[in-house]
Amino acid sequence: MKVAYWPGCVSRGFTPELHGSMAKVAPLLDIELVELDRACCTGAGVIAEHNQELADTLNARTFALAQQVEDAELMMNICSTCQGAQSECQERLDASASYREHINQTLASEGLSYERGLTNKNFLWLLVEEIGLAELRSRVVRPLSGLRVGPFYGCYIVRPRRRLGIDEAHPRDEYLHRVIEALGGTVIEYAGMRKCCGFPIITMNKEASLRQAGLHLGDALDAQADCLVTPCPLCHLNLDLQQPLAERVVGRELQMPVLHLPQLVGLALGLEPKELGMGRHIVRPTSVIDWSTSVVGAAA
Amino acid sequence: MSVEQFKLRMRRYNPESGDAPYWDEHTVELEPHRSVLEGILQARDRFDGSIGIRCSCRQAICGSCGVRINGEPALACHTHLEAAVRGAREGAIEIEPMGNMPVIKDLIVDMDAVHWTKVRRVTPWLINKQPVPEREYLVDHDSMVDVTQTMACIQCGACVSDCLAMEVDPGFIGPAALAKAYRFVGDPRDDRQFERLNDLAQDPQGIFDCTHCFRCVEACPKDVDPMGQIMRLRRIATSDYQIVDRNNGRRHEAAFTTLVRDYGLNHEAELLPRSYGGNSWFGKFAPAAGKELLSSLPVIVKGLLRGKFNPKTAIFGHKLRKQDLDAVRAIYEKVEGRERRYELNLYVTGSDEDAEAPDAKSETGTPSEPGATNEQVPIASGGAEESAGA
Repeated sequence: MKVAYWPGCVSRGFTPELHGSMAKVAPLLDIELVELDRACCTGAGVIAEHNQELADTLNARTFALAQQVEDAELMMNICSTCQGAQSECQERLDASASYREHINQTLASEGLSYERGLTNKNFLWLLVEEIGLAELRSRVVRPLSGLRVGPFYGCYIVRPRRRLGIDEAHPRDEYLHRVIEALGGTVIEYAGMRKCCGFPIITMNKEASLRQAGLHLGDALDAQADCLVTPCPLCHLNLDLQQPLAERVVGRELQMPVLHLPQLVGLALGLEPKELGMGRHIVRPTSVIDWSTSVVGAAA
Repeated sequence: MSVEQFKLRMRRYNPESGDAPYWDEHTVELEPHRSVLEGILQARDRFDGSIGIRCSCRQAICGSCGVRINGEPALACHTHLEAAVRGAREGAIEIEPMGNMPVIKDLIVDMDAVHWTKVRRVTPWLINKQPVPEREYLVDHDSMVDVTQTMACIQCGACVSDCLAMEVDPGFIGPAALAKAYRFVGDPRDDRQFERLNDLAQDPQGIFDCTHCFRCVEACPKDVDPMGQIMRLRRIATSDYQIVDRNNGRRHEAAFTTLVRDYGLNHEAELLPRSYGGNSWFGKFAPAAGKELLSSLPVIVKGLLRGKFNPKTAIFGHKLRKQDLDAVRAIYEKVEGRERRYELNLYVTGSDEDAEAPDAKSETGTPSEPGATNEQVPIASGGAEESAGA
């Protein structure tokens, strides 16, 4: 399937392994990525906090660019925060024809216009709803047998439920669980799996921010997870990049590897850990990977 | 409708007993459309008179019976048994006291110690503009409609119970109290907007301590959108009153917004030092930024060694092509150049497709038409100019 692909900023900045692993995984799932390289940052909620109309217009521009991609079935992102920020803007744009017209007036100088009803899905949603778990399972060549994986959803992709289209028919807040299972892994539930990683306040209240990250990592450790997996690169920053600092705040050693969703999928689809950029993490996933054979498994 | 059996699994705790909390199960018999509260009351009447639950109106107005049902915040009187049993594990509806507040007994928490103390913290009353008019104040209709969303709060504490910032920082003023603060900041009759905002912005546990997790939005049974109100407080404090807080709130917002204008994409390596040191390229040389960079040095070095950041990208950032950057800047110029911010509040306007939704609180019968004209603000944002002129 062909998708208009929005990689986000962080996946091309501080977590380059995310964008890289997505590019490697896509062909294995027959996804053709048409990168929206003209689109700008979603604002991550911060621009909306500054000026709602500004965020709505910037994202409407991205949506309009996505709608111009020929034969694309939908727009796909690989960042929960992008999903949340874009869904918020899209909710307003889709709710009112006159508001949409107002925003489109600003886009008109570029010859762009957003039409109501774009489908924009995070890779996680696309995996379950478009590709399907049975299909995913059939493509697994290296099942994650014995690997105990803790899902870390992040906030923006699970709340608010109504805006994100989460209901009984679309239990999107369970999808990470299902994907881990489909890849042959064991799901480890722990208290923090749908809580906040703390990243949004890292510059405002560093201690509270790192405490959040440290608590969730510690909960996962206590539940005997081998690693976490997240669909959000910002969560990854707080959980992996900042983990050494979080350890200091919560006063315990953590050493919990955190994988990006495409990395976990890629491992099961037979890609090598190095190709997936797993050597770039601050907490190296050594405990879950035998680097010489690329076999994934629980620590001995 | 026939009566069915429902198994309730309640968390019981009496701090005075010295015993640990425990789970207590009772099977009640009620029609499925009855509430969880009725189930609890039946268990108390039939099996154990010592079960502690606070309740009054039984119709989702008084806000007394806030609890956690199957781990989710809810009003016990506003949750049908048939709905609760669908989310139940092993067939038992799990009922716990609210979080973030000390338990007095069983399902009763100490609202006074946490919730009400925080509400009092934000000066929850109107401070009149002087001189007080002889007759009633005349205010702009839209600006009052705007604050009705926060006035819908019934003080049940569900959002406080679920607040993730409060979980790690109990001193955080929190969603309910900050929504209440917006109720007065947004009220054109109030005379202390600046003082209120300055107070909440400077407090390390004020508006910039919110982690933006949406838990309060989800928890609220009345659609108050506490997090949305906190974001509006931030917006008015930073954009209208230009309050520079000591928590890096305004600097972070300004740095983020400016970097996206200048690069089209977020430039993380610039964002952090600017958030601490000030919104310019020189920000990183400010003492506050230096201190932060120093404390993060081990992480930065490790990141560089592992190839996590490309040094070139880290220094120069990644940029959109010129043509696109120009388009982004044109959007900034146009939107930021408006005399007043343009804000669409779906709580007030509803959406085109469900104009009849009960949430659409249009009292006049003439709902505002967002976007009808370019420069009219359909829903007042409670900005400085407006409050001065009201």
